[in-house]
Amino acid sequence: MAIRDKLSGNEAVAVAMRQINPDVVAAFPITPSTEIPQYFSAFVANGQVDTEFVPVESEHSAMSACIGAGTAGARTMTATSANGLALMWEMLYIAASCKLPMVLSVVNRALSGPINIHNDHSDSMGARDSGWIQLYGENNQEAYDNAIMAVRIAEHADVQLPVMNCYDGFITSHAVENIELIEDDKVKAFVGQYKPSTYMLNSDEQIAVGPLAVPTHYFEHKRQQAESMRNSKEVIVEVAKAFKEISGREYGLFEAYKMEDAERAIVLIGSSVGTAKFVVDALREKGEKVGLIKVRVFRPFPAEELAQSLKGVKTVAILDKCDGFNAKGGPLFSETTSALFVNGYTPLAVNYIYGLGGRDVKTTDIEKVYSDLSEIVTANKVEDPYRYLGVVEA
Amino acid sequence: MSNMLEIRWHGRGGQGAKTASLLLAEAAFDTGKFIQGFPEYGPERMGAPITAYNRISDERCPIHSNIYEPDYVVVVDETLLDVVNVTAGLKETGAIVINTPKSPEEIKDKLNGYNGGVYTIDAREISMATLGRYFPNTPMLAAVVKVAKIMDDDTLVEAMEKSFHHKFANKPHVIAPNMEALKRSLTEVKAHE
Amino acid sequence: MSKKFEHDIIPAYTPWQETTPGGVIKESGNAHHFKTGDWRAMKPIWDPDKCKHCMMCYPVCPDSSIIIKDQKMTGIDYDHCKGCGVCVEACPFKAFDYVPEGEE
Repeated sequence: MAIRDKLSGNEAVAVAMRQINPDVVAAFPITPSTEIPQYFSAFVANGQVDTEFVPVESEHSAMSACIGAGTAGARTMTATSANGLALMWEMLYIAASCKLPMVLSVVNRALSGPINIHNDHSDSMGARDSGWIQLYGENNQEAYDNAIMAVRIAEHADVQLPVMNCYDGFITSHAVENIELIEDDKVKAFVGQYKPSTYMLNSDEQIAVGPLAVPTHYFEHKRQQAESMRNSKEVIVEVAKAFKEISGREYGLFEAYKMEDAERAIVLIGSSVGTAKFVVDALREKGEKVGLIKVRVFRPFPAEELAQSLKGVKTVAILDKCDGFNAKGGPLFSETTSALFVNGYTPLAVNYIYGLGGRDVKTTDIEKVYSDLSEIVTANKVEDPYRYLGVVEA
Repeated sequence: MSNMLEIRWHGRGGQGAKTASLLLAEAAFDTGKFIQGFPEYGPERMGAPITAYNRISDERCPIHSNIYEPDYVVVVDETLLDVVNVTAGLKETGAIVINTPKSPEEIKDKLNGYNGGVYTIDAREISMATLGRYFPNTPMLAAVVKVAKIMDDDTLVEAMEKSFHHKFANKPHVIAPNMEALKRSLTEVKAHE
Repeated sequence: MSKKFEHDIIPAYTPWQETTPGGVIKESGNAHHFKTGDWRAMKPIWDPDKCKHCMMCYPVCPDSSIIIKDQKMTGIDYDHCKGCGVCVEACPFKAFDYVPEGEE
């Protein structure tokens, strides 16, 4: 039986980490992710886990220590946000290129500047091409579930890549909501024991990691890394199926909500999805053919599947909780429209940058998007595809 | 979600409005409800006006925005009435609960013509009399539970007793005074319908 | 799946399907199998008659190419000697000739 509880997103992830009982956690505090190592260090102090907890002096060191632990053969986890993630940046690429499975909970916060502690996706979206798998959760339940699934995905023999477990700062990390926890023994059985194929503490096979790769080698290593990312898509689906067995909860690469006969759709990520579902339900009651897609897996990008899901719509709004500053929309927009184009579908597409720096996203904001989409259907063209939602205009 | 109750708390940093919203969430959770409890975070410090929110419903509430049209508003500090538009968006079918020694009739002038229910409770007096210090959140919590009929008195008393034993495991001497504050508030909250 | 390489040295232009995961090198001390002697343009030639076995050449060689047996200098490891000439400079007894590769 699942355990009915009420936890904030950060508490829930700390509980998942307690249940997983990783070998090493190296972390440095930064709002709004601080509570994760804070709660977890209490579990360490109380002897509830036998993790080696490494308090470091910066996020660069946190990621470096995780890489060191990972190469040694340890199951490794950490957490960060915003500028902390930025300080990890160069080490993120090294973790991925060394093919080290580890789980980093990214509690999404606007990347300075101006300095801001609130939620948007500019931090993890900036790290989208660092070679990490990225899962995005809508609420505390998904943050918890993804933290557990991330371990199995990362450590799978066909993947061997680090995973970011992303969820929204404050909105998810600090709000207390109902949650269904899985029993400790079931989680432990689900993640199993980490058995790395090569590791530095193996006295029977001495290895060197992270070597120089000159032009005669580098490209092949990157190609191999890319293949792991390609493989991960299938593994993510496989792990979700196994997870359903122990939790009853269903996960995919994305969730298509009321998309079967939808003519107008929005695509978005994170905590605003629930708010948007509420609006979809209300509009459906009025007979409007609307739906939405919640992207759960951003890396690898589920291009073919997403295009298939959107092929029947007349128009689609893609919502980005960070600006791309290419002056042509955010990253989710670029990648979704690219997926549609490559797969031969051309619904009228429009981008909205929304919710930057903690700007609250209300049901009325989402209603406006669906109403704008109606206008696009009527006009049968998109005048201005690069839009902002909720920004104050003169 | 017709069965959803939305509550907005106005307090000052340090008075425990956030804690009260989380305690309310916990108590409602214990009666089998789906809950949300979250403050509006900011760089505020001791004394600055802060806002916290609760959603209480029979099924999981998907909405993750702040609350703009609350059913109930709780004002933990009377002086906020001059600073914050506490009745903004407040439904007239709902009510406002204010911490003040004044009667609902006396305070009504400050509510921008709000025509819904107005309730007052002297949480300062109750807190000083029971705890010997000014912690208005427990009496305010009891008052809003009573006014919004979130649960019956006995259920609240039972839930809070359990919660205080957990929360104050290291200072058990404050449990009884908090329970006393809670019970007094349940009987002393004054209505103006 | 990565394949087993000779001495675990991954040759240049190994296909991506066959190289080791993350570029891991699966043997320690395999620098020995990398023949840096190919790089040599100048070559030190040791003269055993002039050598007093003072060992001044041994610590300065950056490629550990001075071969010592029973506390005696016995020769140069040309598989690894890059011909830098540091031994030639360090020798107090001028026991090394230093000639262009192929002209000894």
